[in-house]
Amino acid sequence: MQDQPHPSEVIGAVAEFLRTIVVPKADPLTAFQTRVAVNALEMMRRQLDLAPAAEAQEEVRLTALLGHDGALADLNAELAAKIGAGDLDLATPGLSEHLWATTLAKLAVDQPSYAAYRGVLAERGGATDTDKHKT
Amino acid sequence: MDLDLTKPSPEGEIEHALSRVARRIDVGASGISGLRRLSGGASQELWRFDLVDGENFTPVILRRAPGGDRVSETAAGLEVEAALIQAAAKAGVPVPPVRYVLAPEDGLGRGFVMGFVEGETLGGRIVKGEAFAAVRPKLARQCGEILARIHTLDPADFPTLKRTTPAGLVDQWFDSYRATAWPRPVFELAFRWLRARCPPAPPIPRLVHGDFRNGNLMFGSDGVRAVLDWELAHVGDPMEDLGWICTNSWRFGAVEKTVGGFGDLDDLFAGYEAAGGAPVDRVAARWWEVLGSLKWGVMCSGMSNAFRSVDPSVERAVIARRTSETEIDLMRLLAS
Repeated sequence: MQDQPHPSEVIGAVAEFLRTIVVPKADPLTAFQTRVAVNALEMMRRQLDLAPAAEAQEEVRLTALLGHDGALADLNAELAAKIGAGDLDLATPGLSEHLWATTLAKLAVDQPSYAAYRGVLAERGGATDTDKHKT
Repeated sequence: MDLDLTKPSPEGEIEHALSRVARRIDVGASGISGLRRLSGGASQELWRFDLVDGENFTPVILRRAPGGDRVSETAAGLEVEAALIQAAAKAGVPVPPVRYVLAPEDGLGRGFVMGFVEGETLGGRIVKGEAFAAVRPKLARQCGEILARIHTLDPADFPTLKRTTPAGLVDQWFDSYRATAWPRPVFELAFRWLRARCPPAPPIPRLVHGDFRNGNLMFGSDGVRAVLDWELAHVGDPMEDLGWICTNSWRFGAVEKTVGGFGDLDDLFAGYEAAGGAPVDRVAARWWEVLGSLKWGVMCSGMSNAFRSVDPSVERAVIARRTSETEIDLMRLLAS
């Protein structure tokens, strides 16, 4: 077991350092590129915080949909192949829910401010991991 | 998509060559000044400089193949692009005037010089900026009118442009998706959906701009001032252009404004039909919107491989992670 602090915390501190100390002193181009780097670090921090639980749930859903267990990447590839072949479609019980849950979990990491994502969350009316996760 | 890395160009060399070419661009010009590279245009170089005629400085833009001669396989080619812009101008499409097409003896590679058009191209500012609040309700109709004029250009004048069919484009993007070697259930679903509803090859193929969207249009307080970036022009189904400007990736957060984040579908279609465009098939336009999201998703997804091979930049990595934006857009279109 590795020691603390957790990578997520250290990445957060680095992002904060770049944002508050480096950006104000940088020339405009470097400041822009540093903000892009800060966004990337924050994305990776969200992934470290959110992906383990989200991927565990994804694996449970895939196991139910496909009728057997396996590694997440293999199950996902099998699901893609079955949709591509027309063996599974939106009429398949649980498929739409699975694709929505998986997609929302990705957006929570990649782009939680994406307007379409905010819209879907508002329609669904519930707090999500993203809302609880301060960014 | 051109994944070539654009190396910094030898600015001094370009300045020197342009000084010699200045008189060919404008007989009154004695030289140039103020050369600088503009941001934007990953697959092409964009330079701004002034033509100097005594006390007069006339700003112009040089659009050039990366490094002067690298041309992407999918692009129309710089000389064709210049010819397209000139034909579009004659058809009443707002475009920057083409001032000069580079010749081999100019020593500048392939490209052309355009007049400078003052305006805004940043999509977010068009969608949210106070400066565009008054004109915003008129923009969708203007875009429809402009597209109708673009679609009057004669494909026979551009024999080298790629000929496409809806089914052919689906196959092409499916191959690109497969080349990413990263299975995506949502993309598989979208490809199935598109194939099940694929429009037939258009009876009368039209000249299609191919990248007509918020971000490639220059706006002023009076509306659309110029249609830019003609490098993806091809001949095919004109509905493609009407679907692409509605794709959510180019609404810059204004999701409820279907047309580029600034306007409504009815206005776009009314403008298109009023300016002589064929009656809009709304179902077909929707099909092209789905293909638009999927296409941008496949492009973003391909950035992972580019990041690992030719361009290990943070920006490239972050664009790769925008793929999921198109997955949620596709889910909203297909499964809500």
